[in-house]
Amino acid sequence: MDLTQITSSVLASGPEIIIILGACVALMLSLVPRPGQGALLAGLSLVMIALAAAMSLTLAQNPQTAYGGMFVNDGFSTFFKMLLYLGTALTILISDRYLGTEDAAKGEYYVLLLFALSGAMIMVSGKDLLIIYVGLELQALSIYVLVGFLTTNTRSNEAALKYVILGAFSSGLLLFGLSLLYGLTGTTQLEAMGEALDSVETSSPLLALATVFLIVGLLFKVGAVPFHMWVPDIYEGAPSPVTGFMSTVGKVAAVAVILRLLIQDLAMLDPIWRGSVEAVAVLTLAAGSFAALVQTNIKRMLAYSSIAHGGFLLLGLLAGGSEGLASVMLYLLIFTVTNLGLFAVIVLLNRGAGQGENIQDFSGLAKSQPGVALMALVFLLSLAGIPPTGGFFAKFYVLVALVDAGFVLLAVFAVLLSAIAAWFYLRVIMLMYMEQNDQPAVFQVSPAIGWALIVTFTGTVLTGVLPAWFLGVSKAAATAGLG
Amino acid sequence: METILLFAPLVGAILCGFGYKYIGEKAAMWTATGMLFLSAFLSWISFVTFDGVTQHIEVLRWIESGSLSTSWGIRLDRLTTIMLIVITTVSSLVHLYSFGYMDKDPQWKEGESYKPRFFAYLSFFTFAMLMLVTSDNLVQMFFGWEGVGVASYLLIGFYYRKPTANAAAIKAFVVNRVGDFGFALGIFGLFFLTDSINFNDVFAAAPKLAETQLTFLWTEWNAANLLAFLLFVGAMGKSAQLFLHTWLPDAMEGPTPVSALIHAATMVTAGVFLVCRMSPLMEFAPEAMAFVTVVGASTAFFAATVGLVQTDIKRVIAYSTCSQLGYMFVAAGVGMYSAAMFHLLTHAFFKALLFLGAGSVINAMHHEQEMTEYGGLRKKIPFTYWSMMIGTLAITGVGIPLTHIGFAGFLSKDAIIESAYAGGSGYGFWLLVVAAAMTSFYSWRLMFLTFFGKARGDKHTHDHAHESPITMLIPLGVLSVGAVLAGMLWYGSFFGHADQVGKFYGIPVAEASAHGETSDHGEDAGHGEPAADDGHGEATAEGEHHYVFAGKPGEGGLYFGKDNTVLDDAHAAPVWVKVSPFIAMLGGLLMAIWFYIINPSLPGRLATAQKPLYLFFKNKWYFDELYNVIFVKPALAIGRFLWKRGDGGTIDGFLNGVAMGVVPFFTRLAGRAQTGFIFTYAFWMVLGIAALVTWMSIGGGAH
Repeated sequence: MDLTQITSSVLASGPEIIIILGACVALMLSLVPRPGQGALLAGLSLVMIALAAAMSLTLAQNPQTAYGGMFVNDGFSTFFKMLLYLGTALTILISDRYLGTEDAAKGEYYVLLLFALSGAMIMVSGKDLLIIYVGLELQALSIYVLVGFLTTNTRSNEAALKYVILGAFSSGLLLFGLSLLYGLTGTTQLEAMGEALDSVETSSPLLALATVFLIVGLLFKVGAVPFHMWVPDIYEGAPSPVTGFMSTVGKVAAVAVILRLLIQDLAMLDPIWRGSVEAVAVLTLAAGSFAALVQTNIKRMLAYSSIAHGGFLLLGLLAGGSEGLASVMLYLLIFTVTNLGLFAVIVLLNRGAGQGENIQDFSGLAKSQPGVALMALVFLLSLAGIPPTGGFFAKFYVLVALVDAGFVLLAVFAVLLSAIAAWFYLRVIMLMYMEQNDQPAVFQVSPAIGWALIVTFTGTVLTGVLPAWFLGVSKAAATAGLG
Repeated sequence: METILLFAPLVGAILCGFGYKYIGEKAAMWTATGMLFLSAFLSWISFVTFDGVTQHIEVLRWIESGSLSTSWGIRLDRLTTIMLIVITTVSSLVHLYSFGYMDKDPQWKEGESYKPRFFAYLSFFTFAMLMLVTSDNLVQMFFGWEGVGVASYLLIGFYYRKPTANAAAIKAFVVNRVGDFGFALGIFGLFFLTDSINFNDVFAAAPKLAETQLTFLWTEWNAANLLAFLLFVGAMGKSAQLFLHTWLPDAMEGPTPVSALIHAATMVTAGVFLVCRMSPLMEFAPEAMAFVTVVGASTAFFAATVGLVQTDIKRVIAYSTCSQLGYMFVAAGVGMYSAAMFHLLTHAFFKALLFLGAGSVINAMHHEQEMTEYGGLRKKIPFTYWSMMIGTLAITGVGIPLTHIGFAGFLSKDAIIESAYAGGSGYGFWLLVVAAAMTSFYSWRLMFLTFFGKARGDKHTHDHAHESPITMLIPLGVLSVGAVLAGMLWYGSFFGHADQVGKFYGIPVAEASAHGETSDHGEDAGHGEPAADDGHGEATAEGEHHYVFAGKPGEGGLYFGKDNTVLDDAHAAPVWVKVSPFIAMLGGLLMAIWFYIINPSLPGRLATAQKPLYLFFKNKWYFDELYNVIFVKPALAIGRFLWKRGDGGTIDGFLNGVAMGVVPFFTRLAGRAQTGFIFTYAFWMVLGIAALVTWMSIGGGAH
């Protein structure tokens, strides 16, 4: 590597460097506590994210690989990075208030969020299995700490411990898969690996074993059945903004890796995993939809809902091709805004010490807070996939891609289960609009959360009204990814 | 113009729903109502000036995805214009009516602002409904379809302090999801096979679909039949047909104007509209059509039996709606779509009239809905009485037999019954005639119990019974005019000779004289001729020109297949068929007079003597109870199983005994009971890995 290559590589990873620098500065600042520090750090983080976003967009003008082909900036990674920025920024906007009510405001919070973001970004841009693994671990380790951030809350601690153990287990599986692949091909770089694998028989048992471990490690992150059991516990125990962060940013990064590996570079593995992933997708949809029916804690309900949505994402993966890819990307975009919007509402309802998370706490909201209730209504309808919200199109395009690819039976099944799933979102709407509450939720919408709500609400409605434009963007990115 | 009439209600809804804080309640409500009247005015213009040529108006480029590309467009044909006038007329009148009806609602405390919300919902509903009927493709229609569902949900649950209203709202939504499931599958199926969701392409592909076989659920199906069936399942949900009807009576928990607008005149007829809209497909799906006929006739009969014994005034009318919708489906099922649309139109007038009249009675009686508490109200509320009388004359089908003179329901219902006979559906014909007798009985029963006899129930309420305000009486008057005239005015257009109907709908017709001379559609002549000779020699022999429909699928508002001769056959039906609904109506009327005027103690004695039958009807054939056992309980049980047992119980039961003893540390680590244990989770993961390894190495890798 000569000097020009080094500079161009450093430049290519500019957004990641900006975020990590931001995290370091925030870490320094947080060492000296002072009043108003939370707002300062949040502002700093947002600025850094904005800078990184600008840089990503500039870099996207001319796609390139860097660090000797281990790292890539293409339309695909840019799209996902934008989603990561959006998700993280929204999380930051809703965090300040939550940390205040839970009495847990500490500077490290934002530092950890930024580190998690940079890890996710590296996953998205990684073109080498080791790079991807390093990014994944950076992100996971930061999230482990964030999950247990409410140090005095036993639920939070328990969730963190569970997540560490199970997360380490899944990382181990993934690493095992990676090492088998390395053993088979003698390289960790995806392109070279793809070429090498072309000459390996797909019936080779070793390759099947490698694929299983690779896929299991990634399915764990998406919360697919039967690797989903951690999701409800950790979602319930973690601080609400962190739950929102995991369910969007964490998922986006994991799905990006899945798509990059399974649809793009290692597409030849397709016949090995297809059948079993079909089964997993169906089980995931079913388990998520049914189990959500009986939940009473809103975060736990959203955990199962997020499992079910993961099932939909897997269906898009199964559809494959640029259509399937684009449908998954659009789904993630819509899911990110909708889900974080709902989490903003949950943060508003929080009364400290985990109070305000029962779905009964939503009752009478339409009366005491009509504006917030209307937004929550739109988010819930969108999650249920009911037009005219974005959620409808998210599901719709996945189904179109499925039908186009000839998987009619899967589409039928998905439609049936989403009909069931609509029921539990509806229950919350009913509580908000049709139940009265003697002690209605009283809260002031702070400016930060107000902005988060406006952005997510606009996003949810716009994707419902102008889906063609958003799909166009996703498709351009998907085509770039497929090369 | 069409764009304005489509979006005016939406603008009204937004201004009223969000703006009332700034412009005041009254102004907000008048804005919404004004927008609706504007929309109604424009609709009538477009109905009257419409020339039969289908127009496509693009509003906005919309969906682009691979082979799927469509714009948000308005399809303006006769079918659309009929729906436009029905929707906007009834909706604007209901808006006006609501000024009186919703004033000082006892469900709200003094000073609470609920009226603008109500008006905004009504306007939003109207917009969604307009979107449904004007849509140019299936997905846009599905949007409207879901939109009306949401609006209906909000309006049924509008009295949110009533638990019954909440339950009814949820029920309506969930039952409709079942129908929507079928509808969505139908859309995807059509897209899968025709590669388009635009009506034009779908219609053009219909003949080909009839020859396509499709594998679905491991069975070979004829594509046209399967898709028509799936779409009809959607229609069954929205139009409350048998098996998916349970939500409609419960939906009466909503305010009465809502019942009149949504659950009588517009939304529930969306299913009938869907079937008529898809007539090009339906014509190629004989088995599905037979199913439509059977379901429609059974519903007409079933709902009528239940209507006989209900005592809540709104529920009687609700079952009556259910039953009348069954009539429309029979007409569509035997291929006489224009008769179905005819009844849809007349029914909108007289059923909205009956509902609003009932609302006026309820208003007069201080929100008492039990007919057992009414009686002798004729003198107290004369205007309401006379308008309800007109509604009853219209629904029971009073007219002069064998002529075209009569109340609206007389013409449209007879048209359907004749079509059912001509369409060769003996099952449909006889059930409809019997249902007509029962319709007459329960409608007159309602009238007699409410307006005749001695006053029953709370004396104070009766003393204070008062006529409703003028804003409620104007709509009653306007709808009364419609209920009297709508039938006679448009009989020719909907159910006249083929050339009249063809001109009305913009369907090309071919002349089929005895010599086989024809017309611009040369290729159709060969088909037209045998159809004409098929028992209609006499018509031509009289020297009249005889016409048959000769459009291609998608041309004009409706499509009639080459061998669809139901219209002519219906006109040639024997006299006994034509007078049978009239006789049935008379029978029902006489029975009602005997039961409720001459011998009022008779119903009670009959109910005791025939207890099981009475209870069976009274409890709506026990559908609710049955569904509860079959669907609701198992779904909840599965949910609980996956949650408690799946996450904790199943494995815990067998693992706990071992693991807890061996590793007591973990038991302390486990938090609450339902969260389960880490090792359980890990164990599941290992099981999953084992399953995947097995699968991939044996199954997947083998290819």
